[in-house]
Amino acid sequence: MITTQTQFRTALLDPSSPPPDGLRNPDGVQATKRFDVYRNNVAVSLTDALETAFPVVNKLVGTDFFRAMAGVYLRAHPPTSPVMMFYGSDMPDFLAAFAPAQSVPYLPDVARLELALRHSYHAADATPMAPDALGQIAPDTLPNVTFTFAPSVHLIASKYPLHSIWWANTHGGEVSKSAQPTLITRPEFDPAVDALTPQQAAVLAALIAGDPLGAALRHGGADFDLGTLLGLLLSRNALISIQT
Amino acid sequence: MLDATRKSLPHTPGVGYKAQHFNDIMADAGPVGWLEIHAENYMGMGGRPLAQLRHLSEKFPFSVHGVGLSIGGEGRLDADHLARLKTLCDWLNPASFSEHLAWSTHDSAFLNDLLPLPYTQATVKRVADHIDEVQSTLGRQMLLENPSSYLAFAESDMSETDFLAEIAARTGCGLLLDVNNVFVSATNLGYSPQEYIDAYPLDHVGEIHLGGHDEDEDETGAPLLIDSHGAHVVDPVWALLGYTLAKSGPKPLLIEWDTDVPEWAVLVEETKRAETALALT
Repeated sequence: MITTQTQFRTALLDPSSPPPDGLRNPDGVQATKRFDVYRNNVAVSLTDALETAFPVVNKLVGTDFFRAMAGVYLRAHPPTSPVMMFYGSDMPDFLAAFAPAQSVPYLPDVARLELALRHSYHAADATPMAPDALGQIAPDTLPNVTFTFAPSVHLIASKYPLHSIWWANTHGGEVSKSAQPTLITRPEFDPAVDALTPQQAAVLAALIAGDPLGAALRHGGADFDLGTLLGLLLSRNALISIQT
Repeated sequence: MLDATRKSLPHTPGVGYKAQHFNDIMADAGPVGWLEIHAENYMGMGGRPLAQLRHLSEKFPFSVHGVGLSIGGEGRLDADHLARLKTLCDWLNPASFSEHLAWSTHDSAFLNDLLPLPYTQATVKRVADHIDEVQSTLGRQMLLENPSSYLAFAESDMSETDFLAEIAARTGCGLLLDVNNVFVSATNLGYSPQEYIDAYPLDHVGEIHLGGHDEDEDETGAPLLIDSHGAHVVDPVWALLGYTLAKSGPKPLLIEWDTDVPEWAVLVEETKRAETALALT
């Protein structure tokens, strides 16, 4: 009896299917519980990986719910790469469609934030722009400048108070009532998480997309305070160069 | 590019590196003479993991130990993953690269476990072809590690030791002898671990692994040991190490502790025991 890896894989991920033929206990009898060692290793290790990757999602729904949900997720979306640090990239879309999670509508945004934290943590190193580089630009050319952002920078759009939901579940505190798009940067080795106003997020999204400063500012509306946004970006080492 | 080679791994204890031990290791590594990393944990583009390796590689030779290449897979090796391994090895320039006699990827699903394969001439050819591809891509010899087995395949028609000997002869690869895996497999499948060592091609061994396991039973009440890397090395495994070293001579000895990772001081105590075993060789 030839046991193929297709049979093995199918039985590993489907607890209701019998172990493949051709697997033996030492007494020659068809293996069952011994096959379950592999089944258990796969399910537990992938569930653990998801729990490590999404600690705030886990906290928001509770560990029992999370592990049951992870069991569904890992069978629908097994890893496609041995690089497990980024496992779970389908989690936001999965949660958005997962019926038992609909009572917590901001879960997909929290999952996006937690994915971005890991991508930021492992992003390429970059040398930040000198803080005075902007001051050296002639004022009449300022509207034409564009910025290059560090690869660790991520902007998570959200209509929920995302930053304070994340903060309350990692550091404590109250959850805000207003929408909070969230900025992720990496000043050195540990990612930083900052709340933005929707206007700041709109300007920043345009700058990240490569729009010139003058065009990006049109997304901010009247009285937009550019100094506050640039000050935050500079203090977080989020900018690596400026082009005129 | 870094240089973590120092030519080869020294015949001293090493440990599987965990990021939480960085400051302890930099301050006082005790008897630890080299470090091993799981390749897949260092495949990001930058940040703290690679910065820590940059510092540690100034003090220690490194072993890069892959856990995801699926060398025993029925399909082709993942070319993207092999390229990532090459990038890491070219950058770190480790003293050793090793992988497992196992498979983990099938139809593009990575199952995050070291899965078993039958021992036949057909699987010898498949594994040997994959090892040829790894060694030619990386431009270096690799070591192949024996698995922990929980069950046997009806279709196997050769012993694991004959299988490993034939792979080493065909490909020129070295072997990573995991003494805990020998003890686990021998207990689970009902053979003598000493006879396994007697039959094992010890001349090809470039590194020895030691780790802890969990104890369970199968449905008939027979012992079922499970490789966990989450506990102390047990006395019968230390005894099997002594038996092995008496035949093989001194080798680089690694303490693997990957789950429920203890404080650095606990690992140092374990490496002192490994140092004693080497001193008796």
